Amino acid sequence: MVTTPDLLAAGPEIFLAVMGMVLMMIGVFSPEKRALGIVSGLTVASFAVVLAYYLFMASGERSVAFAGLFVTDAFAIFMKALVLLGGILVLLMGDSFVRREGMARFEFPILVIYATVGMMMMISANDLISLYMGLELQSLSLYVIAAIQRDRIRSSEAGLKYFVLGALSSGLLLYGCSMIYGFAGTTQFEALAGLFDGKSAEASAGLVVGIVFLSAGLAFKVSAVPFHMWTPDVYEGAPTPVTAFFAVAPKVAAIALFLRVMLEPFGGLIEEWRQVIVLISVASMVLGAFAAIAQNNIKRLMAYSSIGHVGYALIGLAAGSEEGLRGVLIYMAIYLVMNVGAFACILSMKVNDRMVENIDDLAGTAKSHPMMALGILIFMFSLAGIPPMAGFFGKFFIFMSAIEAELYTLAVIGVVSSVVGAYYYLRIVKIVFFDDLMEMFDKPIDRPLRVIMAATGIVTILFFIWPSPLLESASVAAAALFATPG
Amino acid sequence: MIIQALAFYLFAFVAVAAGVLVIASRNPVHSVLFLILAFFNSAGLFVLMGAEFLAMILVIVYVGAVAVLFLFVVMMLDINFVELRSGFAQYLPVGALVGLILLAELLVVGSGWVVIPQAESVAAAPIPPIDQVTNTEAIGRLIYTKYVYLFQAAGLVLLVAMVGAIVLTLRSRAGVRKQRIGDQVARRPDDAIEVVKVTTGSGI
Repeated sequence: MVTTPDLLAAGPEIFLAVMGMVLMMIGVFSPEKRALGIVSGLTVASFAVVLAYYLFMASGERSVAFAGLFVTDAFAIFMKALVLLGGILVLLMGDSFVRREGMARFEFPILVIYATVGMMMMISANDLISLYMGLELQSLSLYVIAAIQRDRIRSSEAGLKYFVLGALSSGLLLYGCSMIYGFAGTTQFEALAGLFDGKSAEASAGLVVGIVFLSAGLAFKVSAVPFHMWTPDVYEGAPTPVTAFFAVAPKVAAIALFLRVMLEPFGGLIEEWRQVIVLISVASMVLGAFAAIAQNNIKRLMAYSSIGHVGYALIGLAAGSEEGLRGVLIYMAIYLVMNVGAFACILSMKVNDRMVENIDDLAGTAKSHPMMALGILIFMFSLAGIPPMAGFFGKFFIFMSAIEAELYTLAVIGVVSSVVGAYYYLRIVKIVFFDDLMEMFDKPIDRPLRVIMAATGIVTILFFIWPSPLLESASVAAAALFATPG
Repeated sequence: MIIQALAFYLFAFVAVAAGVLVIASRNPVHSVLFLILAFFNSAGLFVLMGAEFLAMILVIVYVGAVAVLFLFVVMMLDINFVELRSGFAQYLPVGALVGLILLAELLVVGSGWVVIPQAESVAAAPIPPIDQVTNTEAIGRLIYTKYVYLFQAAGLVLLVAMVGAIVLTLRSRAGVRKQRIGDQVARRPDDAIEVVKVTTGSGI
């Protein structure tokens, strides 16, 4: 039976899903020229409503709905707020690009809504089946928006590549789920947690293989090595606002899902899965640091950078402690802000109304656009993890948790690869400030881009003055996931 | 009993054989037809297990819709399958190696398979007793109550699939002539008919 508490618990998801349908009608029946503007504005408004609900009204108390398929707690609220914030910022800054570059169809914001609903379902999943349904809803919407510039071969290629590899990873994930079900006889997280609390059941080979398959599927979604092959191509081929969306929202949601699945139902088996996480974390950090050096396209560079950042975030998961989890949450929040800022800069790289994507095109920006150059400086320093930028604190908490969990090797590899990674971030800064101006970017930069650049830049650089709101809510969220019965 | 066993072996054998022929046949249209054969036989297996609802769904959905759609796609798109297979030999060794490793792993897992004793207690049978309700009723009772969340989520996935297909393929071309009923009804004989006097022998 569906009861009112069930509907209330999933209220924001239901609201957004219904809004998607309403907006589809509005889009069809409003004049063709204005449809995108109306639908896009209403999408941002509904995201903002839900975000405000999460920030000010939602109680962080854990409640399970729909016969144990759906859960909402402080952890879910924290992650959903991040996803929604990412969605809002990306829609705002992508607006002018969408109109200019032949993807001005009102279905774009609607697909973003459904992708977001899918992500929220992933974050709130409390059962292997609802995990899969959320993941598919998210992925399917993302495949379509990767290919939404259908007249460009690169965009279509990105969509197709993402689709084929995504389908493969979904297959792996489902295979893992079925093995876990076959072993334990249940798909529900609480029941699984009860079985594997370290006392009642021994993990058999079949279960471990199931967990490995499941984490392979999830590692694909967060684009961790060795399941990262799709990332550079998709990031490069997809339209830039879509790339920005890919780099923030789905990654936050997939990391949230990864954390919940590993720590809630399989928290008792940490010794079994830790080595897998350590391995993919090290591989992601190293590959992210070294492969990005040779890149010329800034979107490809951001792809490798995001692979590296997922590696750092997974250190916190490998630690498996409350501090580690808190570190991951802080890291993802900061990662979202600085990545949005970096993509706002990339979206401003436009010469004579034509987007350019090569790193060399940035040469001499400091002379033509001093404020944008300052923004690039802040975001690149922050991505590299140089104090006092926000990115440094993200890495700091992660490495601290690794040291507390006595994962010294992992922490050392993390620090070393972040030094290597600093090279290519600083190379961009060098090109911006010290190379000679060749082609000047268009002036003025669109207003939403300027505002977002300024806002994210200020947050990134001044985070250290007032970090307590983020740190406190991350602590509450992390405690919520660890306090669950199991 | 013996008839049931015979039917099982017949269905199972034909299903497996058809499955092999799907990938072995050179003509893609034949592949699709073998796929349909495989679906029919799997439906037969479901009936033998007493799952008549699943059997009917399999026939209606997979044979009726999916396979026919495949057939249309295969016949409409002019895909050169020989070209698609060109890299086959090149990737065969790597693919075979990965497959063999996976197979070995699965054999190890399968041989050491243990279902934990507590599974009995957790796996509370979610289906009502099979001898009291029909298949269809049992599924209906579950998907509209306990699993309504997943049912609705699946609906959303289908909606997105539909929107996606339309977004990626629908093009409004210029110069397409559409039927406008209003214009047709409003048309008078005077607009369409012209009476021309033709003098004999000259033509128009």
